[in-house]
Amino acid sequence: MRHFSYTRAETVSDAVEALASDPQAQILAGGTNLVDLMKYEVMRPAAIIDINRLPLRDIEDLPNGGLRIGALASNSAVAYDERVKERYPLLSSAILAGASPQLRNAATSGGNLLQRTRCYYFYDPATPCNKREPGSGCGAIGGVNRIHAILGASDHCIATHPSDMCVALAALSAVVEVEGPDGRHDIPFAEFHRLPGDHPERDNTLGQGEIVTAIRLEGNHFASHHTYLKLRDRRSYAFALVSVAAAMEVADDKIVELRVALGGVAHKPWRDFLAEAEFAGEAVDEVTFRRIAQRLLTGAKGQGQNDFKIPLAEKAIVRALRQAASGRPQDQAVKAIQ
Amino acid sequence: MLNSSKVVGLPLPRIDGPLKVTGRAPYAAEHFAPGMLQGYALCSTIATGRIAEIDTSEAERMPGVVKIYTHENRPKAARRDEKWKDEVAVPGHPLRPLENDRILYDGQPVALVVAESFEAARDAAALIRVRYEAGEPHTDLFREQANSYVPPVLRAKDMAPPSPRGNAEAAFAQAPHQISAEYSIEGEYHNPIELFGTTAIPAEDGSLMIHDKSQGSQNSHDTICKIFGLNPDKVTVRNSFVGGAFGSGLRPKHQLFFAVMAALDLKRPVKVEMSRSEMFYLTWRPSCIQTVSLAADEQGRLQSVMHHALEATSRYEDYQENVVNWSGLAYKCDNVTMSYEIAKLDVSTPGDMRAPGAATGITALEAAMDELAYEVGMDPLELRVINFVHRDQNQDKEITSKALHACYREGAARFGWSERSHEPRSMREGNELIGWGVATGIWEAQMSPAEARVSLSAEGKVVVSAAASDIGTGTYTILGQLAAETLGVALSEVAVEIGDSRLPTTSVEGGSWTAASSGTAVQVAGRMIIATLLKHARKMDNSPFAKATEDQVELSDGRLVLEANHQLGVAVSDIMGEAGLTVIEEHAKVEPDKAIQKKYSAYTHSVVFVEVRVDEELGQVRVTRVVDAVAAGRILNPKTARSQVLGGVVMGIGMALEEEGMVDHRTGRIMNHNIAEYHVPVHADIEDIEVIFVDEDDDKASPIGVKGLGEIGILGVAAAVSNAIFHATGSRIRSFPITIDKILESETMQ
Repeated sequence: MRHFSYTRAETVSDAVEALASDPQAQILAGGTNLVDLMKYEVMRPAAIIDINRLPLRDIEDLPNGGLRIGALASNSAVAYDERVKERYPLLSSAILAGASPQLRNAATSGGNLLQRTRCYYFYDPATPCNKREPGSGCGAIGGVNRIHAILGASDHCIATHPSDMCVALAALSAVVEVEGPDGRHDIPFAEFHRLPGDHPERDNTLGQGEIVTAIRLEGNHFASHHTYLKLRDRRSYAFALVSVAAAMEVADDKIVELRVALGGVAHKPWRDFLAEAEFAGEAVDEVTFRRIAQRLLTGAKGQGQNDFKIPLAEKAIVRALRQAASGRPQDQAVKAIQ
Repeated sequence: MLNSSKVVGLPLPRIDGPLKVTGRAPYAAEHFAPGMLQGYALCSTIATGRIAEIDTSEAERMPGVVKIYTHENRPKAARRDEKWKDEVAVPGHPLRPLENDRILYDGQPVALVVAESFEAARDAAALIRVRYEAGEPHTDLFREQANSYVPPVLRAKDMAPPSPRGNAEAAFAQAPHQISAEYSIEGEYHNPIELFGTTAIPAEDGSLMIHDKSQGSQNSHDTICKIFGLNPDKVTVRNSFVGGAFGSGLRPKHQLFFAVMAALDLKRPVKVEMSRSEMFYLTWRPSCIQTVSLAADEQGRLQSVMHHALEATSRYEDYQENVVNWSGLAYKCDNVTMSYEIAKLDVSTPGDMRAPGAATGITALEAAMDELAYEVGMDPLELRVINFVHRDQNQDKEITSKALHACYREGAARFGWSERSHEPRSMREGNELIGWGVATGIWEAQMSPAEARVSLSAEGKVVVSAAASDIGTGTYTILGQLAAETLGVALSEVAVEIGDSRLPTTSVEGGSWTAASSGTAVQVAGRMIIATLLKHARKMDNSPFAKATEDQVELSDGRLVLEANHQLGVAVSDIMGEAGLTVIEEHAKVEPDKAIQKKYSAYTHSVVFVEVRVDEELGQVRVTRVVDAVAAGRILNPKTARSQVLGGVVMGIGMALEEEGMVDHRTGRIMNHNIAEYHVPVHADIEDIEVIFVDEDDDKASPIGVKGLGEIGILGVAAAVSNAIFHATGSRIRSFPITIDKILESETMQ
């Protein structure tokens, strides 16, 4: 770990100002990811801006029936909030599929959006990684890559985004509220994280000096037809090999609206709006589910060790759609896949 | 054997438990001394090559840094291999940290930073610039198969596979039922909760107190004294508490060398604790490729057993373990061929890991037995029952005891094995296919030479002393129980002192031999105290013991009594008072009985029944039920015994489904070198596990009837899981761990 300066921000504008003025600064919230990365010398911020005193911990009702989740609300606070459980059970379920109770108690909502990939090479400064050291190369391509991306990867990076919570937020079309030197603005969830392209060092579209202040949920709750299905190498405390957040609106056994977000397969929670739209009006049945799965995985490409993720994702999407359609979402406390 | 059971055999809680759960049991890196420095090792990032340049100048400027050691300035230490060989070293040249510029494996220490604080040492280490000249690494055992060889120097004389018996190839060719398959197991890496750490504290009188994470304080003591030419009487090594070891702590590790080196050089207390990622470069269960060929007649009787294993070792030492020999003694068969080879890779020397060799070999043998059962068309348990043998055919010796039939019977009944349908894919519930698998386990019931000192005071206080270790197994408690029972006092009256090199000589704690060895020594010392008391009691006026022999008396409630009539006795305090003694102390030295060893072999046995549920579409596996029935002679403490077997089963589930070091063979680097990505089972992976101890009387395996339990719990588990997966899915997956990708890619899951 390198030496760094430590500042405690008392207001959001303090934090923005401190962050904007120092390109080497990092925000500290729950610290569950950043502190580890600093110990590993993967991230070496010169300055730490602690935002834990900012008034961003509340979960507020919105007039339209939605919710605004403060960036510092802990993952546990969100998952167990009665309003979240009732109105956005998909979000609650996805959070509970991740990490451990101890981590969820410390980790924040904003921090969850900003957590870094779990790529082995990113985590090991002795190896090349374009995300950690731009231009050094990608160790995972041709290396140990069974947990890596099958969609949207580039020749520079095949890392995945590790969050479960963000997969649900993507499916729910959440909005990220951001404050920066130029004031406040909203970022639609699908535009918050990026694909690696030529700049894998950039995980998201936040500008210099911008911080996440809240996550807004509005519109369809999908409380009756949703599920979060996570497949991993052990039954808890492992990142998703493939996860699926599925939600649908159904009328007369036909799909009115479909949402499918995939985790563990790309540099960002993966959604394909065009593909989803194509299935409006289709019958809610196994044939449709299979077609949806195949359509969503169009262009999927394995890296060798992770080739199995393509058939796994296809099967997982079908199962998740079956769970969502039947109104029986995966219970994260049940060990069998329902 | 013990005659009565008043303390021994009770499920008593650990006597060291309260200290551990309240944080008052200091582990090796939890000792402090004024002015103590902290060391932090920097490890190589290449697997083979040399250090072309090492620049410590920036690191040395870090505030708090006291000294940085590299191969360019390392203090003198012994050069000859013999001086570096510890009690359980393997053939070859032990690694001498920082001796020269050569790199032999990824993760080899290349520098030690010593600083006023841990943080300063760690942060300075990150500022050391090393320029390597890297060679081309060879770390893939599959690619090195052509370079395999039979170890020219054996680690121990019983390591070599026995000579072939009968004609296995001819018998195989003629038999109506044959199977032959290759099994591979990836390398597994020790990760006990406690990291390796050493605190070395020099005193002004030139003595040195060392707290070391080790499975043998005397092994660390003797080795470090040889390396630095220290006066053994001036050096003490303690391992009072050990936070898990499983074999990783048998051989001293580089942090012991570093802490002592820096303490001697700087004349200050020094502590060196490893990082979690360093744990991946130490002692590992070597990757292994095995072929097993079995043949049976129409009734399922084994006609031929052929087992070959190839294991990885390092460039500098020939690690060896007994992988294949089990196949010659597990079942009755007259035609057997076994062979064992190793191949050098650019890796650290592998080491013993719970049931070393057996966990690997029995996984393949018992998976192959399941394949044979299906080839014959026979229930897999029945196949094992009809091939039962009550003789060690490898050594042509009798067996001291083998209550394996009772394990089969009681385990099967508890599991409900008779309800099993034979056909694969024939049991299901919901989305899940259900599979039931079975496997046998075997481990040697060993006894090593051991000493113990026991004292009894006139007030009835007992002190047990031995340089034994408690690596989480319950040694403190069972030694206390044996002393309490022998001397007729409550366990609360017994103090147990272990984990100190100054105490009576004891081997490293390994091989499941501690209970049998140190336990016997404690009991013998206790009996010596009784003999001494008897000698004094005989001299008393009107002694009821005038004609009594040692065998006819015992201690009960503070009195020496006649075993046949407890009414007749004398208070211990009176005997000692009359003799002018306040305490009687005896030192016992025991070793295995050579006459028995010549005639008998001793083994622990088990059978493991496993239920798995496999999601038919998604390939996710759950181990939902395990019944492990164990025949291990006398059980001293059913509570600590059960914990040992439970832990072994959990580790076996990890071996079956999760544990593997993922090596990038382009660089020879283990990429998942942390416990977030190197998976071991978590609570959610573990469902019902039941442990049964069947009755087994054995007066030959050890004088106290104990066979040991450290290893047996893991044995058979990985095979039983894989056999259950076959029963569930119809696919044989012969590559361990059986991860979801392998299940999805298997033929019946397409």
